[in-house]
Amino acid sequence: MPEVRLENVTKKYGKIIAVKNVNLHVHDKEYFSLIGPSGCGKTTLLRLIAGLVQPDEGKIFIENKLVTHIPPEDRGIGFVFQTYALFPHMNAWDNVTYGPRVKAWEEEKRERIGREMLEMVKLYERADAVPKELSGGMMQRVALARALAADAKLLLLDEPLGALDAKIRFDLRYELRKLVKDLGLTAVHVTHDQGEAMAISDRIAVMKKGRILQVDTPQELYMKPQHVFVANFIGESNFLEGYIVETNDKGCVIELRGGVIVNVVNQTRNKGERVVLAVRPETLSIEKGHKKGLNCITGHIERFRFEGTDVRYEVRLKNEDVVVIVRPALMGEWFNEGEKVTACFPTDKSYLFTYPSLGLRSELALE
Amino acid sequence: MDGLITVKGRNLGRFLEVLSSKRSIRSLIYACTVIFFFALILLPPILGILLKWNLIGQIFENSSLMSRAMSAIYASFAIALFVSIIDVIAGLPMAWFIWKGKSKWLNALDTLADIPFIVPTVALGYSIWLFWSNETQGISSLFGASLVSPGWLLIILVHFVFSYPAVVRVMVGALFDYKRTYEEASRTLGAAPVTADRTVTFPILKTSFIAAFTLAFARSISETGATVIVAGTFENGPVLINNLKTTQQLGYEGALVFVSFILIAVSCMIFATIMILGPKLKMPVRKVWPVAERKLSSHGLTNLRNTSTLLVFFVLVLIPSLFVALPAIYAILNGTLNEALSSTGIWQGYWQSLSLSYGVAFVATLLNTVAGLPMAILIARKRLGVLPSTILDVLVNIPMIVPSIALGVSLSIFWNNFPFIPEIGLLLFAHLSITYPYFVRSMTAAIERVDMDLEEASKTLGAKPFAVFRTIILPLTKYSLFAGAIMMFTRSVSETGATLAVVTELKTAPVLLVEWVKQIVPASPMEIGLGCGFLIILSFVILLISRGTVRGRY
Ligand SMILES: Nc1ncnc2c1ncn2[C@@H]1O[C@H](COP(=O)(O)OP(=O)(O)O)[C@@H](O)[C@H]1O
Ligand SMILES: [Mg+2]
Repeated sequence: MPEVRLENVTKKYGKIIAVKNVNLHVHDKEYFSLIGPSGCGKTTLLRLIAGLVQPDEGKIFIENKLVTHIPPEDRGIGFVFQTYALFPHMNAWDNVTYGPRVKAWEEEKRERIGREMLEMVKLYERADAVPKELSGGMMQRVALARALAADAKLLLLDEPLGALDAKIRFDLRYELRKLVKDLGLTAVHVTHDQGEAMAISDRIAVMKKGRILQVDTPQELYMKPQHVFVANFIGESNFLEGYIVETNDKGCVIELRGGVIVNVVNQTRNKGERVVLAVRPETLSIEKGHKKGLNCITGHIERFRFEGTDVRYEVRLKNEDVVVIVRPALMGEWFNEGEKVTACFPTDKSYLFTYPSLGLRSELALE
Repeated sequence: MDGLITVKGRNLGRFLEVLSSKRSIRSLIYACTVIFFFALILLPPILGILLKWNLIGQIFENSSLMSRAMSAIYASFAIALFVSIIDVIAGLPMAWFIWKGKSKWLNALDTLADIPFIVPTVALGYSIWLFWSNETQGISSLFGASLVSPGWLLIILVHFVFSYPAVVRVMVGALFDYKRTYEEASRTLGAAPVTADRTVTFPILKTSFIAAFTLAFARSISETGATVIVAGTFENGPVLINNLKTTQQLGYEGALVFVSFILIAVSCMIFATIMILGPKLKMPVRKVWPVAERKLSSHGLTNLRNTSTLLVFFVLVLIPSLFVALPAIYAILNGTLNEALSSTGIWQGYWQSLSLSYGVAFVATLLNTVAGLPMAILIARKRLGVLPSTILDVLVNIPMIVPSIALGVSLSIFWNNFPFIPEIGLLLFAHLSITYPYFVRSMTAAIERVDMDLEEASKTLGAKPFAVFRTIILPLTKYSLFAGAIMMFTRSVSETGATLAVVTELKTAPVLLVEWVKQIVPASPMEIGLGCGFLIILSFVILLISRGTVRGRY
């Protein structure tokens, strides 16, 4: 039952606190992702689980066993490194059967596992090839086969697709999830690509500066971000500053810059509170000309971009705030730059956050 | 200082940049480099022997001399082989220890490990002799009799000590360049630390280990100064050549040519074999002994290994190397220091020798730096094409693997055909030949580590070849350049063998100290101790300066 638990784990490198007081519970057979901007401590967290670095504080459990002082070779893990770390002096076969060899399995079992694993990643014919004769995608698959051949139940992946071409990356991520699910493994997958994390994970932890901000399913993260940073990092959001001017049993009324009023429901706040209103670009609607209506604010198109599947507008509202609106390219008419439009805010798909004490900009900063 | 050079050098820099964009000028510079190498560094040490080829018959008519020569040659290679094996075995855990440890005092250990390298070998030999053999001082005084008397065992001890730092240095460098991820990958796959090291790290670093082995081997084959001091009546190649040269018995020239020739030829053959077969050497990575290797990885055994590594270092290497400090301290107390400082008696010659040593070292370092840099570029960037560059790469090593006294003999035979060259010229040529490989080797490696992309980026931004060199290669390799220069300098100061062979009038410091120790010039133990002490202190200052400059490099 490979579940992973971290309790108050902290890791420092000199003055840098790479991982700060992290609590985490990865369930058995879960596909779990760690996501966050580069330098936020994802790799360090993964290496802590693997036992490649020791925490300064806190405890780490694998299968409910305290492993903080157990070396990596005894943790029953498989680790796929960002650069694969295929042994350059061994061919694919020797790389894949390395785990079974150092664990001194029977010859017959070694041969069988080696063959199974290489066949699974469709590289059995290339068993004799040394790493430098293989392409990036092939090396990645050998690295995966090698990690799995040692009978790992817990698979730790550090940006395993990061070094691959976009197209291959796209295909491989589904293969990866299928494999983990078929074999009944637990996986912890580190990535900075939110699309990748959303597409394959059961749950995702969003990290920033060594801390975990939120752990949730992809849907929950998208629909109910608990933090301004998460609202920005998962998907995309417009952020508008304002005050609560009125509260009622349905929700509250916010006054934005220039006295513009927006209503939201299902959000409880105190009157007079300074807040940030977050609205996803795809939830705003846009209409031709200047119209009146609840949550509708007039303005003009400042910028227009065609992005393939979508079109993207930057609309300057009458109060000088700018919002981004994204619409499917093949639905509705397009607007031109300079054209007068009205942007309408959803009442139920916007979220309110308390205005961050350090300011919005520093809260959203990636580093 | 950098700024000053830039301002003053701006016009010169421009001028050189313009020149460097001319193909013909570049070719001219490279041509001069190659000519310098062949005419001054490589050929004289080899051609000299061949010029006297006709004398070789002498030794075949003298069977006692012949058997003496054969056993000396045999001893040379046997000792070199043995020493380089134990050096690698003892140096590896030390390099490991320095690499894995993170604490501050390991840095100090790293510096300490360099000491035997900068101590001139003559002083080193004398110090080790004092420690192991002298009946009134050193540890032998505890037993009332010489613990290790001069002879082959003491030679082995001395050779072990002076090769040790070079071996550790090469391996530490390799380990710091090594991507730790490989070891980590192995651990996550279930390998115990010892298994990971043996099946992954060692095989990946194999070429560096071979380089360390060759370095130790070459140093052992070629070392003369210290060996002469500790040999007693025992003879290896260099000692025999030295004895023949001092006694000048009948037919000695033939023997000289014969022994030098065999030493040079066999060394080159061995070196070539290692170069060719080394990379093909397979390490046993497929067999694993999980239980045994797990036990070996245990805390207790790891600590034991580290402790014994340190013990070997302190007892066999460091303390014997610095033992000469003891008589030097007596010397301060009993007035020898005053005599020395007022340069009375034998001290007058000492100070002259010291200035000569440092003067020659300085000039040789300067010339070789200028002449060696373009050579390093030629080799590293394969400017002459792959094959010629590889051949140059191999040839550059030859002066290092040739026994230094044989090199000196050959060199002096060669240059004696040009009698107008003064003795100091010969001295300089010998030191140029001996030190050149050290610099070019380390510079070549450093330049190879500079990413070609950086050079190309600089070119796309409009930099002329000389500007590329000045703004990209030089800044990125300046530490290696400096380290290489220091290495040449210290090597030249401690050089004994070739110097003994080429000079008759002039005496460098090591040559003088050999005379003191052998009592050719009567000198008291205090005087010898102090004489060595000055050399060591000066070298130590140089080491500290170089460490300060090169800090944080590894
Ligand atoms: N071995 C190390 N020594 C010093 N600092 C480190 C080391 N490894 C990581 N760090 C620092 O810890 C922080 C987190 O790094 P990392 O876990 O690699 O981030 P991520 O994988 O999210 O990009 C960074 O500031 C990084 O510089
Ligand atoms: Mg990372």
